[in-house]
Amino acid sequence: MAGVQLAEVGKAYGAVTVIERLSLDIPAGEFMVFLGPSGCGKSTLLRMIAGLETIDGGTIRIGERRVDTLPPGERGVAMVFQHYALYPHLSVRENMAFGLRNLRVPAAEIAARIAAAAASLEIEALLERKPGQLSGGQRQRVAIARAIVKQPELFLLDEPLSNLDAALRVRTRLELAQLHRRLGTTMIFVTHDQVEAMTLADRIVVLNAGGIEQVGTPMEIYLRPRTQFVATFVGSPRINLLPVAIEEGPAGSARARLGDGTMLDTAIRFAGLPQGAMTLGLRAETVCVTAGDDAATHGTAEVVERLGERTLVHTLLSDGSRLVAEDAGVSAVRPGDRIGLTIDAAAAHLFDATGLGHHRAETA
Amino acid sequence: MPSVAVEPAAAFTVPVPRGRGRQDWRSALFVAPYLLVFVAMLVVPLAMGMWLSTTKGDLFGTERWVGLANFVRLFGDAIFLKAVANTFYFVLLTVPFLTLAGLGLALVLNRQERWAAVLRTIFFASTVLSVTVVTLVWRLVFLPDGGLLGVTAEALGKTPIAFLNDERLAMPAIAVTTIWWCIGLPMVLFLAALQQVPRDLYEAAALDNASRWTTLTRITLPAIKRTFFLVIIIEVILQFQLFGQPQLMTLGGPNNSTRPIVLFIYEAGWRQWELGYAAAAAQVLFAMILIAAMVQYRLSSGKEAA
Repeated sequence: MAGVQLAEVGKAYGAVTVIERLSLDIPAGEFMVFLGPSGCGKSTLLRMIAGLETIDGGTIRIGERRVDTLPPGERGVAMVFQHYALYPHLSVRENMAFGLRNLRVPAAEIAARIAAAAASLEIEALLERKPGQLSGGQRQRVAIARAIVKQPELFLLDEPLSNLDAALRVRTRLELAQLHRRLGTTMIFVTHDQVEAMTLADRIVVLNAGGIEQVGTPMEIYLRPRTQFVATFVGSPRINLLPVAIEEGPAGSARARLGDGTMLDTAIRFAGLPQGAMTLGLRAETVCVTAGDDAATHGTAEVVERLGERTLVHTLLSDGSRLVAEDAGVSAVRPGDRIGLTIDAAAAHLFDATGLGHHRAETA
Repeated sequence: MPSVAVEPAAAFTVPVPRGRGRQDWRSALFVAPYLLVFVAMLVVPLAMGMWLSTTKGDLFGTERWVGLANFVRLFGDAIFLKAVANTFYFVLLTVPFLTLAGLGLALVLNRQERWAAVLRTIFFASTVLSVTVVTLVWRLVFLPDGGLLGVTAEALGKTPIAFLNDERLAMPAIAVTTIWWCIGLPMVLFLAALQQVPRDLYEAAALDNASRWTTLTRITLPAIKRTFFLVIIIEVILQFQLFGQPQLMTLGGPNNSTRPIVLFIYEAGWRQWELGYAAAAAQVLFAMILIAAMVQYRLSSGKEAA
């Protein structure tokens, strides 16, 4: 078990910079998720740690060892590929033994490690089969088992769940979390799926355009997004963003004026905010449909999405801006209805013109 | 108990088109163009050739049915037997080398770099040359007086060897010419196969500490096994039909040492006008290629299943 330190690592293909002088410290035993949209460089970063991509600058350390000059096989890492990369002409058993034989691990130990990994992933019955005879989910398990038998210092997982169907993905996600608890090994998991990131990670690195947007625990990322990009990328439905004018409110807090004239007293300190137009960020769960007279504003329901446990109401405000509000699962709202909305202004975020986020003062 | 309404099962059955016979007949139209050409250009000539091999006659004379007499005569004909042996010898000289060298070249040249692309083009370029050009070039190489090898030998103080006039060396010389001419196709086939091998397999192998040799023998070769057998079958079929090179370089000599079956057929049919005899020799060649291809196919599909 070892931590990972990236210091000022960079990568460019010709004139295109993929990773820009990035530094990151991953403590031993952590489940770290690299989250970002396609093309943000998250897989490249993982492959740089694995040694499958060279780096143009900086250093990579795994534990105490500097590894960026070592070939992939000597870095003490095991990787689970997106398309599994199982050797098609070798049986499951041989797939698992392949790396160990290359390291000249004694045959008895290879057999023992395979037996243990096969038992823990429930693939004992598949050991003599070829990858072509397995379903997608079984291949996934074999790929994980092949990584486990190597007893690496670091697991690298490159979107390993993206080829599974929805039900299997949820199950495998749980199993990965259990596996991490059992093994305690450092894991780096790459995904573009925020649900995977939120549910699995000890900490998430949100990447965008080759740089780090934010590093934090899932709830830090969700509740205190450092940038507007992070706020929009994490959370479903997408966070509501409304242009607002800011003035000083009661007790030094910022008061936001929406386009339709609604005034919201946020819990964000006015003093630290830059001048000029800002963007208000409201999560759907902080905007609720109300039938009472406590409504902060009113609008017209355009689309009603019933998710079972809750209902999302896409609402058109009087100034033409749109808000996604939440209502109970058994909501009576229908498209076209005029509805009142309560807004938990204390949970609001403000983003300045550079996209930087401003949040309420942290309460311990 | 509440009753449950059941949809009539008939609602889910696929309607069977009426007049199946006509349906099949219409489907046949789709394969008809190919089938017609195949029958007219391959099956009919093959049958005619088989018929011809049991007759005696020439281009102008009347045909006479002689049964298997042509075949009996063939297997007593020392020149024909020599031609069969020569053909096998040639196939043995060329096919294994073409296959292995084609694979080797493909492995070395399967890269993105510019020099690899240039070399791929150069190695494939010889394939597009006509046999006339190729044999002309190589006759200039093998020429003892002023040829490339002759000049080189003299420069080294050795006596030039007349490769094409030496009974033992003439066939190897033709084999070298053929390999130089034909190496492009196996190389390209292997390159195509190598580029089909998923890159992440190599990455997984690199993470698994596999040496280059292990990667070659455990990842690459198993992945291109089908192409390996395809190349062998194609080359066996092609090289069994050796004709142009000896026709243009040695005329089958010296002392019949480079006369292959096709040259024998050509001479029997078009020089001696013994069409039936030539057709019989052609049937023997057909059977040989068929058997060789079948053996290859059986071997490869057997290994595939294992």
